[in-house]
Amino acid sequence: MTGKGIRIEGLRKRYGSGDTAVEALKGVDMQVAPGEVIGLVGPSGSGKSTLLKCLGAVIEPSGGRMILGDEVIYDDGWKVTDLRALRRDKIGFIFQAPYLIPFLDVTDNVALLPMLAGIPNAEARSRAVELFTSLDVEHRAKAMPSQLSGGEQQRVAIARGLINRPPVILADEPTAPLDSARALAVIRILNDMARKYETAIIIVTHDEKIIPTFKRIYHIRDGVTYEEAGEGRGFE
Amino acid sequence: MISLAGRDIMHAWGKFVFTGVGLGLLIGITLSMAGIYRGMVDDGKVLLDNSGADLWVVQKDTLGPYAESSSIYDDTWRSIRTMPGVARTANVTYLTMQVRQGERDVRAMVTGIMAGEPGAPGWPPYLVAGRQITRGHYEAVADLASGFKLGDRLQIRRNHYTVVGLTRRMVSSGGDPMIFIPLKDAQEAQFLKDNDAIRQQRRRTAENPAFNRPQVPDLLAAVIASQSTNPYVNAVLVRIDSGHAAEKVAESIRRWKRLTVYTRAQMEEILIGKLIATSARQIAMFLVILSIVSAAIVAFIIYTLTLGKIREIAVLKLIGTKNRTIVGLIMQQSIALGLIGFVVGKITATLLMAPIFPKYVLLEPMDSIIGFIAVVVICILASIIAIHAALKVDPAEAIGG
Repeated sequence: MTGKGIRIEGLRKRYGSGDTAVEALKGVDMQVAPGEVIGLVGPSGSGKSTLLKCLGAVIEPSGGRMILGDEVIYDDGWKVTDLRALRRDKIGFIFQAPYLIPFLDVTDNVALLPMLAGIPNAEARSRAVELFTSLDVEHRAKAMPSQLSGGEQQRVAIARGLINRPPVILADEPTAPLDSARALAVIRILNDMARKYETAIIIVTHDEKIIPTFKRIYHIRDGVTYEEAGEGRGFE
Repeated sequence: MISLAGRDIMHAWGKFVFTGVGLGLLIGITLSMAGIYRGMVDDGKVLLDNSGADLWVVQKDTLGPYAESSSIYDDTWRSIRTMPGVARTANVTYLTMQVRQGERDVRAMVTGIMAGEPGAPGWPPYLVAGRQITRGHYEAVADLASGFKLGDRLQIRRNHYTVVGLTRRMVSSGGDPMIFIPLKDAQEAQFLKDNDAIRQQRRRTAENPAFNRPQVPDLLAAVIASQSTNPYVNAVLVRIDSGHAAEKVAESIRRWKRLTVYTRAQMEEILIGKLIATSARQIAMFLVILSIVSAAIVAFIIYTLTLGKIREIAVLKLIGTKNRTIVGLIMQQSIALGLIGFVVGKITATLLMAPIFPKYVLLEPMDSIIGFIAVVVICILASIIAIHAALKVDPAEAIGG
């Protein structure tokens, strides 16, 4: 494992206090290397979403350590002051539904992130178009999200997650609304992109269709993770 | 950086335009209300300007002739004319009544003017058609707003008048068009009763032993004759000589004639400060209510639009959009809505409402500028609720669970 990717050690999250306190994460350890795609699997209420929100710097953990790339971002407290900039520049998000901004065309949906980071519009758009070629949606660059199919929308959402070349991408059930063929196509794309851009990808899923594609799987139950070797079929 | 507000507006332009048009109609009404107030003030000023007077001499301790009734003898003008500093004087009467023309009648301010020449106090200063009154009886000059045309026959009380001239912007402070007729006719119109009433009055006078004394046979005839004439006018209009101060001449008339005299400034204060004060307060209340309603509409629309974008806002926040960008998105939309509304409102007020209002609507550029600033401020304030809702959105909402 290089110094990039993401590593978490003993991550804890407690909601509430006193008798009503709920320990959602009880010391989670996880490590994902650059270019690796891992699955995070668990039943409802197991702590998947809480872990994803902690990893995404959306909620503050109660303790533990998180290292993103070479940077310690959490060590019993945030070590970065601007969490928005952290999310914008170092973490990519792919959601269950694409959640594209309906009033921006495909290119600007993706180029918005670098624009928010202060990159000139032309350069940001050029980066987006470059990604579209890899994701085979370059012909839809000027379309509005409502004009795309579900699979195309999800590929644009993947492009948005990748556009700032983050060390880690968090994908929250990205294949849930897709049929088997499209779901596997999306996972193939994520694997390709992970390798191409040296990005660590964590995919939270229930989807039985895609679980066999992971080489490594983290099971989470009652706030604790268990690592398991996956079958890793199909994408070598 | 692209304009998120602009893109959102372009994406849902129909919604924005229709909402803006609706808001614009409300703003148009608001601007028209302000225009009506300005029109009332202007009508008052025009009434004073067009009277051609520097001083108004009226019955003692009254606010006449426009705000209260006033009666002074119709020969008072002669003695005032001889006073130092007085260049011209003229009797004038004002009577607001229904003037009939054929089957229709028009509410008008019938103004009695002394024989003289154009430019004399009280005379209409200019005509747009026809000529001034040249005969002592039964001719009239009417304001265009009355709808009368040259040659029309008007009925005022029992007498008929021919419209010989048309003037414009000659209206009372209440917006009623003025109709000028000879002074003697106007005095008669103020006083004249119908035949039955005259007969009744003569009978009662004849039955009164105080007036019908056998020893004084001419007394009854004299009393009846005095009851049949009207020696009063409402005011004497005074034009002062150049080089004399209006206030000094007014003071002199007050002192020696024991009448009340108003200067132009005082008369303006009576018209605007007293006569149209209630109307002005009503209009001000309407303006406040319409502003509150406009603000509520903008707030509701922007809040609804924002609630419809909660998921997008959560995504924007999650991917690192700054709060000020989201605040800008909402506030710019609110202001854009206000701008659409203002443009529609201004066009509506100017081209649609002002021409069809029965009252004069004066839309002053400064009022439009104030209105524009008010719309922007209202839109900014109205967006606060939506901004508050947007800033409360948790970026975690974009992530399931």
